Amino acid sequence: MRDDLQLISDWIPADASLLDLGCGDGTLLAHLQHHKQIRGYGLEINQDNLAACFEKGVNVLEQDLDEGLGNFQNHRFDYVVMTQALQAVLRPDQILNEMLRVGREAIITFPNFGHWRVRAYLGLKGRMPVSSTLPYEWYNTPNIHLCTVQDFETHCRKSNIRILERQVINRRHRSGLLARLWPNLFGEIAIYRVTV
Amino acid sequence: MPQQIPDDAPWSAEDSVGLVEPKTLQFDTALELECGRTLTSYELVYETYGTLNSNASNAVLICHALSGHHHAAGYTSKSDKRPGWWDACIGPGKVIDTNRFFVVSLNNLGGCHGSTGPASINPESGQPWGPDFPMMTVKDWVNSQARLADVLGISRWAAVIGGSMGGMQALQWSIDYPDRLSHAVVIAAAPKLSAQNIAFNEVARQSILTDPNFHGGRYYLHDTYPRQGLILARMVGHITYLSDDAMRMKFGRDLRAGRFHFGFDVEFQVESYLRHQGEVFSRNFDANTYLLMTKALDYFDPAREFDNSLETALAKPECKFLVMSFTSDWRFAPERSREIVNGLVHAGRDVSYAEIDTPKGHDAFLLDIPEYTKLFGAYMHRVANEVENGVNNVEAGNHA
Repeated sequence: MRDDLQLISDWIPADASLLDLGCGDGTLLAHLQHHKQIRGYGLEINQDNLAACFEKGVNVLEQDLDEGLGNFQNHRFDYVVMTQALQAVLRPDQILNEMLRVGREAIITFPNFGHWRVRAYLGLKGRMPVSSTLPYEWYNTPNIHLCTVQDFETHCRKSNIRILERQVINRRHRSGLLARLWPNLFGEIAIYRVTV
Repeated sequence: MPQQIPDDAPWSAEDSVGLVEPKTLQFDTALELECGRTLTSYELVYETYGTLNSNASNAVLICHALSGHHHAAGYTSKSDKRPGWWDACIGPGKVIDTNRFFVVSLNNLGGCHGSTGPASINPESGQPWGPDFPMMTVKDWVNSQARLADVLGISRWAAVIGGSMGGMQALQWSIDYPDRLSHAVVIAAAPKLSAQNIAFNEVARQSILTDPNFHGGRYYLHDTYPRQGLILARMVGHITYLSDDAMRMKFGRDLRAGRFHFGFDVEFQVESYLRHQGEVFSRNFDANTYLLMTKALDYFDPAREFDNSLETALAKPECKFLVMSFTSDWRFAPERSREIVNGLVHAGRDVSYAEIDTPKGHDAFLLDIPEYTKLFGAYMHRVANEVENGVNNVEAGNHA
């Protein structure tokens, strides 16, 4: 399992209820189901991923995040998780509000656009950054709302969203000293646990 | 060895269940019906495919839709050109894999393909039941299916599966017999009919009821049947089974003779198609059964006995659910399936949902659509794995 998923699963206590937005092939849900007896659902639109979830025995609903979470009641879940999808939705601010409406806490991961390598790519080459965490060209990228660690935290402050926990890791999914000291410069992937 | 079989004989194909034979079971314990009446005795006709395993844990029940019956897969004779109605999904290596599952498919009570129905003889009068046959509901069907399961020695289905009205039966099963199924597969269905759905059914019924040959439902005694009414009913129904796009692709505005005749005979291909569908249907379907089945659809509303709360009704099931819909289905549109899904999520049930992108309309559930069979197949693969690993085997657990 990916290290960021391992990190997230460490944050989630046993028997919790969970909604996983853009759950992919259901790896996180399956892991938490087997090891922590969580009950939950994934939302996904990719057919191959849906099939993979079906085979794994993970609850998955075909639902487009851009159409909102209106079908879920307030505080229906203990946790709402969204890994590496915040930057790809039409309105990250709205989905964040929705996550905190249907869940008591939200766990979010996104690629940090403030990482020094991204800044250098744009600053020195003068071109939109392409890297292992951001592998797309400007014209075909699904990442339409990239943000930095600082952007995200500023938004949280303005929206009265409380940050409960933060982990900033590099591409090898390690959390080095530099990333801990200067997350916006040395973190490649940001992981947050937030609430209102 | 089958050496003399021609290579192209469809019944001998590797992925076909081959030649099948219906069986009939007689039930002599009275069945109390939702309408308040009782059927003292009745027969159910059914087919089975595959082999029941030693602890009877690999059985799957197929519930049929409005015009369906027990013959879901395979061929009834070597000269049979068309296989059963769900042959696209049932067979060796297919979605409902008969190498792994024991598949049971029956004709519902009130039907006209062998199970006791309006055309059967009423033992009290010695004449066909006709309009006196008691009104059936989805709940009644599920009760009769549970009795069939008892006789077959199946205490728990690995899955109860159905499309359209069949999906409604699967849903009712999960509510009424929560401990007797591990999975419910509900395809292209709805938690209840809309006013528009009922309206279409009523047009179909009126076309039968007002046919001069209907004779108040006692047409059997007059050696006739409401042919025109049935044709019309089927034509109306068929429009709702296809989508606007499907009709456009299939027929467009194509003319049979290539030019206008300025009359009321068949000119457009779509007219020809509808008339043909109606014609074929009228020869093979009993009008009283059609009336009864459409009413059963109209009455279906499992939330009704739970203060009209679908969420409360769906707190009863213990099984896991697969719900599927088709984007171009306007008879039971994806929104209707999502009502079921949302009810299940609110009730905290295990459910997965897929919306298949296809222009084929409501009828898509019967077809071999790659995206559909891939997802449906993936789910059934998991069900079969659970059976083979004894995951849902309650009996085995108790004996251990």
